[in-house]
Amino acid sequence: MSKTAHAHAHLAIPEGKDQEFYLKDDHHPEGSTMLGFWLYLMSDCLIFAVLFAIYGVLGRNYAAGPSPADLFDLPIVALNTAMLLFSSITYGFAMLWMDRGAKAQTLGWLAVTGVFGAIFIGLELYEFSHLIHEGAGPQRSAFLSSFFTLVGTHGLHVTFGIVWLITLMVQVSMHGLTVENKRRLMCLSMFWHFLDVIWIGVFSFVYLMGVIG
Amino acid sequence: MFSNPDLMKFIFGRLTLESLPFHEPILVVTFIAVMIGALAVLGLITYYRFWGPLWRDWITSVDHKKIGIMYIILAIIMLLRGFSDAIMMRLQQAMAFGGNEGYLPPHHYDQIFTAHGVIMIFFVAMPFVTGLMNYVVPLQIGARDVSFPFLNNFSFWMTTAGAIIIMLSLFIGEFAKTGWLAYPPLSGIAYSPDVGVDYYIWGLQVAGIGTTLSGINLIATIVKMRAPGMTFMKMPIFTWTSLVTNILIVASFPVLTAVLALLSLDRYLGMNFFTNDLGGNPMMYVNLIWIWGHPEVYILVLPAFGIFSEVVSTYSSKRLFGYTSMVYATCVIMILSYLVWLHHFFTMGSGASVNAFFGITTMIISIPTGAKMFNWLFTMYKGRIRFDVPMLWTVGFMVTFTIGGMTGVMLAIPPADFVLHNSLFLIAHFHNVIIGGVLFGIFAGINYWFPKAFGFKLDPFWGKVSFWFWQIGFFVAFMPLYVLGLMGVTRRVSQFEDPSLQIWFVIAAIGAGMIAVGIAAFLIQLFVSFRNREALRDETGDPWDGRTLEWSTSSPPPEYNFAFTPIVRDHDSWYDMKKRGHTRPLEGFRPIHMPKNTGTGAILAAISIGFAFGMIWHMWWLAIISFVAMIAVAIGHTFNYNRDFFIPAETVAATENARTRLLAGQN
Amino acid sequence: MSMHSKIVGWLFAFLVLPLLSGCNMVVMSPSGDIARQQADLILISVALMLIIIVPVIFLTLFFAWKYRHSNTDAPYDPEWSHSTRLEVVIWSAPLAIIIALGAITWMSTHKLDPYRPLDEIAPGRPVAANVKPLNVEVVALDWKWLFIYPDYGIASLNEMAAPLDVPINFKITSTSVMNSFYIPALAGQIYAMPGMATKLHAVINKPGDYEGLSANFSGSGFSHMRFTFKGLDQAGFDAWVASVKQKGTSLTRADYQKLELPSEKEPVRYYSTVDNGLFDAILNMCVDPSKMCMKEMAMIDARGGGGKESANLVFRLAYDRERNWGAIGGKSRPFLLAQCTPEGAGPGGSEVLPPASRSPSPSFSLSLGKSAGSDLSQLSSGTVLR
Repeated sequence: MSKTAHAHAHLAIPEGKDQEFYLKDDHHPEGSTMLGFWLYLMSDCLIFAVLFAIYGVLGRNYAAGPSPADLFDLPIVALNTAMLLFSSITYGFAMLWMDRGAKAQTLGWLAVTGVFGAIFIGLELYEFSHLIHEGAGPQRSAFLSSFFTLVGTHGLHVTFGIVWLITLMVQVSMHGLTVENKRRLMCLSMFWHFLDVIWIGVFSFVYLMGVIG
Repeated sequence: MFSNPDLMKFIFGRLTLESLPFHEPILVVTFIAVMIGALAVLGLITYYRFWGPLWRDWITSVDHKKIGIMYIILAIIMLLRGFSDAIMMRLQQAMAFGGNEGYLPPHHYDQIFTAHGVIMIFFVAMPFVTGLMNYVVPLQIGARDVSFPFLNNFSFWMTTAGAIIIMLSLFIGEFAKTGWLAYPPLSGIAYSPDVGVDYYIWGLQVAGIGTTLSGINLIATIVKMRAPGMTFMKMPIFTWTSLVTNILIVASFPVLTAVLALLSLDRYLGMNFFTNDLGGNPMMYVNLIWIWGHPEVYILVLPAFGIFSEVVSTYSSKRLFGYTSMVYATCVIMILSYLVWLHHFFTMGSGASVNAFFGITTMIISIPTGAKMFNWLFTMYKGRIRFDVPMLWTVGFMVTFTIGGMTGVMLAIPPADFVLHNSLFLIAHFHNVIIGGVLFGIFAGINYWFPKAFGFKLDPFWGKVSFWFWQIGFFVAFMPLYVLGLMGVTRRVSQFEDPSLQIWFVIAAIGAGMIAVGIAAFLIQLFVSFRNREALRDETGDPWDGRTLEWSTSSPPPEYNFAFTPIVRDHDSWYDMKKRGHTRPLEGFRPIHMPKNTGTGAILAAISIGFAFGMIWHMWWLAIISFVAMIAVAIGHTFNYNRDFFIPAETVAATENARTRLLAGQN
Repeated sequence: MSMHSKIVGWLFAFLVLPLLSGCNMVVMSPSGDIARQQADLILISVALMLIIIVPVIFLTLFFAWKYRHSNTDAPYDPEWSHSTRLEVVIWSAPLAIIIALGAITWMSTHKLDPYRPLDEIAPGRPVAANVKPLNVEVVALDWKWLFIYPDYGIASLNEMAAPLDVPINFKITSTSVMNSFYIPALAGQIYAMPGMATKLHAVINKPGDYEGLSANFSGSGFSHMRFTFKGLDQAGFDAWVASVKQKGTSLTRADYQKLELPSEKEPVRYYSTVDNGLFDAILNMCVDPSKMCMKEMAMIDARGGGGKESANLVFRLAYDRERNWGAIGGKSRPFLLAQCTPEGAGPGGSEVLPPASRSPSPSFSLSLGKSAGSDLSQLSSGTVLR
């Protein structure tokens, strides 16, 4: 066996099969779901990367219109950020209970997570409607177009996350913490934390740097 | 009811009777022909009572082999559409001189060159390549299917849905008149107020979802599902190029998705990303679309390189020369393909240092590509070369592609690009690499793997006819375009004044005619081979004395591919097994765990057509209903826990015993 | 370089030209010094690459023939698949060529940078100290070309002229979509883009009428977006200028606004006078005096934007959505703007005037200043009235 074969344990030729052509037992490759979901997240991350890049290029093209300093209400955004961060923590609690196989607690923490997510979306919608009402809608300038698109795309992701969360809660309550449902909760967990990371980028790059810088 | 304009507008959006092209005789005739064809196909399906099997065994199939075949059928159908566009352009350009306006007015001609580019890249080359990867990769790595079989089915149907959306534009409304990359501001709502660009956007978005998901699927498959012993450096070279291709897909298609989404926000919601006014920046679009667009070129050509590597080694009956450097060359190309995008617009006024940087990175790509070329060359050296049809395509590729590579490096020198950019020289160059590289590779691959998929070889005579007409037709069609480019003739022009140019366009049209014969010969080849299938039958499963695992199983392979998972010790693992005195296991079969077929993918894709149609024509009720339906079906699908089954050991034993008898009869 | 390129030229002539006798390859035999250097570059790069290309093609065909299956005399070694020495050669041979080409690329890209003023008008003929370059401002309209000569105060449509051996400084922009300004006989192309100015420096050395065109697709009239470029000796050029002055009409902003409407196959036209600062106004998208100039907008942006009160400035900045491509101008508005804003109102409740009422009237600008009611709009109306 070569060195590379050691690195990929599941690919190594099993002991005692040195001269054989086929495995007599079943071949059990590792599950691919986590890798596949990671790849999906990375592709999604690229979409956000494009939106950040667009914001980086167009973010100061105010078209003689309002700038971040004129528009952003940092306390509300900070509250919003707190909601999303809390929801990540509560999702973490849900996963801990899931590992112990406690269905009721898992469902409970998932519900708390969903509520925090919904508050986040609600605050964001309030902020958007406020901006549009002030005449600072996405059509006003390239800066506002890229702002609404970047933040709105993140919000859309959170909304889908909530729909997914509810679906999973129904499934867990129907079928319990089965292998499939645990895997699905893992995927949603990665998705949810991923959105958190993106939001931290949005908060610092768009809001903080917009108001301060 | 029909007198109420508001209600009509609500129901039909901007779709009116005038949107149907009754006034375009070419389209009316095409429509009638397509309808007759469609009715004939539907009639045949009904006559042979094929609806049931079609739904059960094909449309809902999650078998990577069937999905691969369906991808290739899609690509062949779209090739006919894309090529009709090409022939129409060649005729127009050969006619429209000195006052003669030809037979295609600009508004029609502009749609045709846009559709030709979009269809050939997204719905011919991509499905061909994806189809071959889908069919071959799991077999080459000794797996029973891909990592996510349902996703695979869904990806295929989304790609098909995208193709259907583009085809709809032929008969309902119109297609984009912007060129295949739809640069704003021209593609913005102000300068393209019609539905054309919306067809373009939604067709590509729907197909793009399929492409990205299939990329994720194949990466996961290659990384996780390889047979024991198959380390990365023991993977067949086609699997390697597929891996790199799919990494490129996953790392570039999201950029296309994002940039098209931004363009649609401009068009639908009046945002200002790529507008001239209110702070928009059209050059941002050009940058972003080429950050996707350049890797896309390698997405197409790398699998073709993989095919040539397999073919040249098999038909030379010899190990591939320089396997390791081949792998590294592929990886280097993967990375470099992200560092060259600006060479598509040297002429937009970037500084000299920026242009020179991107020019030089572009040239550097020719080093690994050149190394690959030499590797194929030295694989032939001291070989025993059999000139079956796939090998002909390969030698044809090596000669043709080298020329295309040379003209590519010329275009990479910024000051030279200033005179060649947007000219017919450029057109000749990229057809030189895409036809000479990608398409030749696809035809080599189809001829090479066809017996694996169907159990009989393709007829060699018609294969050779097809090859020679393509090869000679290519030179006759595109060498004049090189010359015209040097005469200062630019692309996308539908009418000319200088009569001295006409002869070159006429020659090019003759070349296109020869390529048409090449395509016809390919279709005849399929037909003749099917008719003579008993004479062309291969019962060994290994008609070419193959070297990789797909040739170790029967042709066509059983739905589980391998009754037992092979153990791999060499990158030419089947060659290695044969050399060590391979014996097939004849007993000890076990039940095999397999995924169940599902119609969800096809249903979701069908609804997405409705969604796109609603968005294109501003029929908001349709778009909203379709969107909600998509979410509902997707959620509904997750409630289906009954997704797999076991093929009983007796069935496996019966299948394998039948093959044992067949092989015994052979010997 | 020229000696070298001559050899290369002969090589090229020997290989390819027999096929091409009788066709005029303007790109390879141009009449301007810049285009000539670009053609030389093509020849040099081809020659360098042929060092690799020819052996590869030859060896491909030779190996294919020699190691054919039926030739049992040829050696056969099915296991031979590696040779370090060969690997070094096959990686370093292309590398060597690319190093040479890369060096040529770096130098030539800087030397032939279209933004760099010329230092010589032909090999070994530096620009004379007393020669003033000719300035030409080029505007790509739908679908015709406007050439403004700021030094002479004249302009011409679909025809331009330049004196021989005098450096020409082009400044190029476009009104609506991207075009590419290309005179194959003179120099390589450069894009013409709305709201942006690109530059090109070139010189014409031989007299003649040459074709100029748009090389980048720009819509339905694109095929006919062509013009004549006249290379004239100094006397001829002076005569051309005189005839433009004599035959021409005036080109005011109002005339320009009519001219910029989409049209095809426009005849050659001369303008004896041109409104002061017209090119600058086109570049800044403010020929229409009710519009705010881009550079002014950029200045406001650089100072941190116009504040919340500036919402009703939108109509002074709107440009694309007031163009009339497609059959019906009203249709070309994005869905949301068309649905959510009543006719005559922009986002944020600002007023948007229908295109018909856009006329250059000072009172209109003043009323604007009042409605905006800020320093900002006073500043901008000042620019408008400039």
